Amino acid sequence: MESFLNRYRNITVLLLVIFAQLVLLAVQVRNDQDVRMIRVWTVTAVTPMARVIEWMRGSSIGFVRDYIMLRDTHDENRRLQSEVDQLKLENNFLKNELNTAERGKALAVFQEHTPSKALAANVIGTGAGTNSKVVFVDRGSTAGVERGMAVVTPDGIVGTIIESYPTASEVLLITDPDFAAGVVTQKTQVRGTLKGQGTPLCKVDYVPFEEKVSVGDWFYTSGDDRVFPRGFPVGQVKAVRSAQPFKEILVEPSGMHRGLEDVLILIETVHQTVPNEQTASQPIYIAPAPPDAAAAAQPTQPVTGTEADRMRAQYKAIGDAQGHKFGEGAPGSKPPDFNLKPPAITGNQGAVAASPEPAKPLAQSPTVPPRPPAVGTRPPAPVSKPSDPAVAKPLAPAPGATPQPEPPDVPVSERPHNE
Amino acid sequence: MSYSDGGRILLSGQHEGQASRFRGWVLLAVPLLAILFQVYVPLFFRFMSYLEMPLLVVVYFALLRRSQISGLLIGALVGLAQDSLSKNPLGMFGIVKTLVGYFAASVGVRLDVDNGLLRLFLAYFFFVFHQFFHWVMARALLGQQLTFELQQTLILGLLNAAVGVALFHFLDKLRESA
Repeated sequence: MESFLNRYRNITVLLLVIFAQLVLLAVQVRNDQDVRMIRVWTVTAVTPMARVIEWMRGSSIGFVRDYIMLRDTHDENRRLQSEVDQLKLENNFLKNELNTAERGKALAVFQEHTPSKALAANVIGTGAGTNSKVVFVDRGSTAGVERGMAVVTPDGIVGTIIESYPTASEVLLITDPDFAAGVVTQKTQVRGTLKGQGTPLCKVDYVPFEEKVSVGDWFYTSGDDRVFPRGFPVGQVKAVRSAQPFKEILVEPSGMHRGLEDVLILIETVHQTVPNEQTASQPIYIAPAPPDAAAAAQPTQPVTGTEADRMRAQYKAIGDAQGHKFGEGAPGSKPPDFNLKPPAITGNQGAVAASPEPAKPLAQSPTVPPRPPAVGTRPPAPVSKPSDPAVAKPLAPAPGATPQPEPPDVPVSERPHNE
Repeated sequence: MSYSDGGRILLSGQHEGQASRFRGWVLLAVPLLAILFQVYVPLFFRFMSYLEMPLLVVVYFALLRRSQISGLLIGALVGLAQDSLSKNPLGMFGIVKTLVGYFAASVGVRLDVDNGLLRLFLAYFFFVFHQFFHWVMARALLGQQLTFELQQTLILGLLNAAVGVALFHFLDKLRESA
């Protein structure tokens, strides 16, 4: 080093002196942005080196991380992949559990509400035959299952028990060609016989061609087969062909829509009524009645009854007005005068009350005897309210009788019509 | 007027030429006087501002000292002193005269600097070099948009070379005899 400096001493000193003066110059001079040149030169000289050093450092770290540490990454990747697989399995398991719980809940609700006594069972196997549509359930004769019992789900019928073993039973599904059950349409009450075909669709035989069955109609069990109680849904009509002498009707069974894993075996069957409309699971919204209609809907008298009931009430009113009690008079005694017009009755009070106009004299309104209350209906409301404009008044006295004084608080419009 | 032996310009080796020696006060006073002349005389004689007396002094001492370090140090000191008395940032004339002193000393090692024509040529050359390099630095380091007047520089170079030969002859009187 010393020999090097001796050999190039002159040029070294020259460079040092020039460098020192350059530094001195850079300290004084500022550039256009009012920054000292020594700062500009220093930054310009340092930043490329810093950039190179940073690039080398980043490359080295990246090389180490991407290549040397690759083995750890591979192991971690395998571990994470294994974890993902395990989580997928757990997810599927939980989904199945949730599905099973939903089915179980539906079965429990159905079992609670159906009048028939049902026994829940799980499908544990299928039949060995290629064309046979049979399954095995985990309830057998020890649980009370007997041959010929119906197997249903909340959605509809599934099949019948054809063999009962101690711990299991064999169920013939409704899609089996050997299956048959009596069915009836929901709308027109047309009866037929449901038969399996070995396909997902069943057919309904023995429906005369003149009967009206259309696509979309629902079939219910008719109870004629003595296996399925009446009123269980069977399926929906998918196709109808007119033929002689019977229609060709294809029905899609509804009992196996949601799979066939949990079923109910009807131990004791109770016939039900076929609903007038499809028992859809969707609730039906009924809007509240308008205010006027609600006021008019308050019954002040029974609105049901037959013509005989009205006549009976009319005669009773006439008899009461004349002081006659039916069934007490001796034979040959004078009967009441039925030619007289009946007194004001409360038969039209409801309509009058609902009318915004003042009540007219009853002589100008049709006479309607009161109806007896129908079974299950509410008793009539009191009719003698003072505020009721159509309140009933005492009947007019019989001819020759002393007229009774009129109550001072009764409006004129409410006077008896025969006054 | 020639101080060379036999009219030979190119020396055969570094040790052939003798380094001139000067008294200390000469090395101190002559540059100061040159700088003072550069600052003071142009106040009365405007055309004297074209004379680069400090440069001629640096060239002379660098040529005769035949030491590159001595030459660049003399150039640096004279240049910085000149910068101190000018509006330029410190270092502009310093760097340029450092280079002039270094190259002049390098030339003085190889050439017989006592030759009158050679002195004329070297004074002319280093004046142009000085002006050109100063212009380069002003543009490069200071960002000044200056125009290099080549013709004027060449003419002024002749003037300075002529003055320089006379100055060198005068300064030869101040050399210590070997």
